[in-house]
Amino acid sequence: MGKTLAEKIWQQHVVHSAAGEPDLIYIDLHLIHEVTSAQAFDGLRLAGRKVRRTDLTIATEDHNTPTLNIDKPIADPVSKLQVDTLRNNCAEFGVRLHSLGDIDQGIVHVVGPQLGLTQPGMTIVCGDSHTSTHGAFGALAFGIGTSEVEHVLATQTLPLVRPKTMAINVEGTLKPGVTSKDIILAIIAKIGTGGGQGYVLEYRGSAIRALSMEGRMTVCNMSIEAGARAGLIAPDEKTFAYIKGKTHAPAQWDEAMAYWSTLSSDADAKFDAEIAINADELAPFVTWGTNPGQGAPLNGNVPDPAAISDPEERGAAERALVYMDLTAGMPLKKIAIDTVFLGSCTNGRIEDLRSAATILDGKKIASSLRMLVVPGSARVRLQAEAEGLDKIFVAAGAEWRNAGCSMCLGMNPDQLAVGERSASTSNRNFEGRQGKGGRTHLVSPLVAAATALRGTLSSPADL
Amino acid sequence: MDKFVTHVGTGVPLRRSNVDTDQIIPAVYLKRVTRSGFEDGLFSAWRNDPEFILNKEPFKHGTILVAGVDFGTGSSREHAVWALQNYGFKVVISSRFADIFRGNSAKGGLLTAVMPQSDVEALWDAIDANPELAITVDLDARKVAYNKVSVAFDIDDYTRWRLMEGLDDIGLTLKSIDSIDQFEKSRPLFKPLTQPSTSH
Ligand code: SF4
Repeated sequence: MGKTLAEKIWQQHVVHSAAGEPDLIYIDLHLIHEVTSAQAFDGLRLAGRKVRRTDLTIATEDHNTPTLNIDKPIADPVSKLQVDTLRNNCAEFGVRLHSLGDIDQGIVHVVGPQLGLTQPGMTIVCGDSHTSTHGAFGALAFGIGTSEVEHVLATQTLPLVRPKTMAINVEGTLKPGVTSKDIILAIIAKIGTGGGQGYVLEYRGSAIRALSMEGRMTVCNMSIEAGARAGLIAPDEKTFAYIKGKTHAPAQWDEAMAYWSTLSSDADAKFDAEIAINADELAPFVTWGTNPGQGAPLNGNVPDPAAISDPEERGAAERALVYMDLTAGMPLKKIAIDTVFLGSCTNGRIEDLRSAATILDGKKIASSLRMLVVPGSARVRLQAEAEGLDKIFVAAGAEWRNAGCSMCLGMNPDQLAVGERSASTSNRNFEGRQGKGGRTHLVSPLVAAATALRGTLSSPADL
Repeated sequence: MDKFVTHVGTGVPLRRSNVDTDQIIPAVYLKRVTRSGFEDGLFSAWRNDPEFILNKEPFKHGTILVAGVDFGTGSSREHAVWALQNYGFKVVISSRFADIFRGNSAKGGLLTAVMPQSDVEALWDAIDANPELAITVDLDARKVAYNKVSVAFDIDDYTRWRLMEGLDDIGLTLKSIDSIDQFEKSRPLFKPLTQPSTSH
């Protein structure tokens, strides 16, 4: 019987296996940031251990970094301590670091692909659950906790239980105005926030093949929101073209290509589960609740919890409506927004900024709201400026910021105030995620831009 | 890591599903660079509410959290495990945990016991009837016992063994150091490096 792509990559990385034990898996690339690494380096120090492979490790500063006045010291002393700790640790242990102000600084999941370090067939980990983003290149990539960060630093391996595999077949053609973000929000609404638990998701089908690399990264990014630790897409010509010419593209290109070409699920491979999504039927999607599975087509209404049969889900929906201050049955398009956030590792890449800029070009955002545009990396920012996108955003009345996680999780000063409501291109709408008491609606960059112009949740078709 | 064999304590019924790690500990509390002191951030948004379960006696002093389905979804922050442990929890019971949270718990020595939802609900009711109820969690037998009830819970053999022995993962892996050396010799040259190789 054939193998799935995830099984192939897994098998190629088993260092040691024994019955009744997890497999010991070799890690090809370890990405690091300031929030989940301090205690791991501390552990190494206490045990007198070194970083085994500094040449497979790279760090960047993203979660805490300010997006304004980046030439000044970080104002919040606790954030500053965390960033300084990363700098000291990287210097002490010999880890390459891209600090604030460095041209390769940015959100860890934007930086890896942009440097060409993310390649097909690799195992990639980071102390961050959105590491699944890198699966867009046909890599097996997943988030880990701080103890595991320490484990990888010390041994370049991880003991892991082999996950099951799920095929998500997305066939058909997206209508204009419907994006990769809408695909993944619809998948999560379908299988639920626990539906992918224990699985590696493989996104397949004509609608996935038609996506750009940026679009594929958006889909894989939110695998974790469906409960899956990893999601991947078999590499193809688009993948290879994206990597070609990047700083870390293989010098042995032909050899790499020969290997990469073997990276797809065999025709007779059997997945543990399969689901199908019809891309023709998809529409712009937004979330109304406090987990990413609580979403609905933008043309619809806020659902009525009373109509939900599962008591757990009903309770969760009732609580979500209270927290979100929404009434069952109200049209989603009537929801007024205070802040539009365009950015994050889900939708902070150049293509996302381009698509939003197309909508905003020559227009003004509603006077009732503010819009923050935060590029995913310093290089995305430079590229956008080279294309004049920053001018479009600023002329429309949006704020043009420096790269980082920013309002995606509000560890830096970019936060929602209590009761404030955002339309956000990020990936999590949990209670308080973007600031204590803040309310988040997850949207695509196109919906974010249209919403900024109209002041209420909107799609480009409403303009 | 301390060995975990049995624990006897009182329970805290957290009747909510989908408790994500942003609720367990919000991002603003993640800025510490130590593993301790996170108890103040535990469920911090909810703890402002006087009616929240951890603000009530005797639940404040509970050591066994009995949670709804899909506990620990969201971010990979191990701080969520540290916050629960720093507060005093030894065990979390749920009918389903998020993968990363469960893995992190095992590393830190926090036992995550999986029981069918109907057993979780029966335990909630028993705690409601008697908030001081003594609950015994026996990892050796994989059983939760209270009153005259004894319920089996799920945990994989390997994690159970590691928790019971209090074993450090890195130490275990380093026993396979020869296999790691061997594996590295066979890695293809086209795989990317972040900087010129030093030791290898
Ligand atoms: S942008 Fe948001 S989701 Fe992505 S790494 Fe940063 S905080 Fe995490």
